[in-house]
Amino acid sequence: MRNVIIVGSGPAGYTAAIYTARAGLEPLLIASSVEAGGELMKTTEIENFPGFPNGLMGPELMANMQAQAERFGTEILLDDVIEVDLKGDVKVVKTGNGKTFEAKTVILATGAAYRELGLPREKELSGHGVSWCATCDGFFFREKQIAVVGGGDSAMEEAMFLSRFGSSVKLIHRRDSFKASKTMQERVMNNPKIEIIYNSAVDELLGETNLTGLKLKNTVDGSTSEIPVDGLFIAIGSDPRVWLVENQLDLTAEKFIQVEGRSSKTSLPGVFAAGDVIDPTYRQAITAAGSGCVAALDAEHYLTSH
Amino acid sequence: MAKNVTTASFQADVLSNAKPVLVDFWAEWCGPCRQVSPILDQISAEHGDKIEIVKVNVDEEPSLAQQYGITSIPALQVFEGGQLVKAMVGAKPKFALEQDLAQWLR
Repeated sequence: MRNVIIVGSGPAGYTAAIYTARAGLEPLLIASSVEAGGELMKTTEIENFPGFPNGLMGPELMANMQAQAERFGTEILLDDVIEVDLKGDVKVVKTGNGKTFEAKTVILATGAAYRELGLPREKELSGHGVSWCATCDGFFFREKQIAVVGGGDSAMEEAMFLSRFGSSVKLIHRRDSFKASKTMQERVMNNPKIEIIYNSAVDELLGETNLTGLKLKNTVDGSTSEIPVDGLFIAIGSDPRVWLVENQLDLTAEKFIQVEGRSSKTSLPGVFAAGDVIDPTYRQAITAAGSGCVAALDAEHYLTSH
Repeated sequence: MAKNVTTASFQADVLSNAKPVLVDFWAEWCGPCRQVSPILDQISAEHGDKIEIVKVNVDEEPSLAQQYGITSIPALQVFEGGQLVKAMVGAKPKFALEQDLAQWLR
């Protein structure tokens, strides 16, 4: 039986691992087989993580966190948790490769998954012009017409990154102003390749086997228009990844894992949650890391008092 | 390790192959590609008698990537008898890939 199993390998998961490993709890961190490192693996330069005055690349930050967790004895497994039983004193965790683990405590740091537009043919055209990852797929749209939909920091970052490749980048947003940070907004507005289309939503994806254009609907007057694009990058936010635990733990009205006050304590004893899966508001690498630390300290306290 | 296929060898290695072939379109800079690569090596080690797994580096072979309509990687495409019979996009865990490829792994 293990002291602690951590599910997830973003900043929250790795920080929880660093703290519990340093406390001698020999954590097992189940990182996922193909998404290890989490959302930051798909980003480029991180400029606002304290301690790195010159910035660093997202994947490099995650490799550093992994190395730091391993340095203190974290065991890292590249496998996917597919089932958990969290009710009893012994928590059971099962993986896609057929392994079963038992632990006294579990820290859930499963993060969030990209939101879809919810349009017909979105899945079908994914990989054929529709994408959620500029750093993965931007390369294929050299000198092509690109659109980005969204209004937050990640939409700004995608648009900036894609402007290196595309002949044009159209940034489509439902409202007449962005919720992205001032710095990112200014960069986008000063980029001659990026054209901003406010008050518009993507209404339909056009094209047979590959995306060829978008039908846009004006969110103010309801009028529609069509624009030709070869690539659409969707950056409209993400939803907490709770499917593993939604029948066992209390969730908030917005479907985040419910935690007690400023702690990481979920509705079941010995089960803690951290990072984007509990955070409807901030969702930064540094807040996730802080939240992972809280979960580690809560788990440590639980283990010494049980 | 999966064999690297080029424009010059695509006909012989993929289209004229007697076995079904899974082509992994990938690039060095693609994180998900690096994560799915060892999983494909495992599947190849376990099922290499039934399906051959090869790699196309899209940086080195942009014309092949374009010919097969790749706009997102990793792109995994199965060819049988010279025909493209299944196309998948994105890195997936081993158990999920095995489900997608079930008919070729039996």
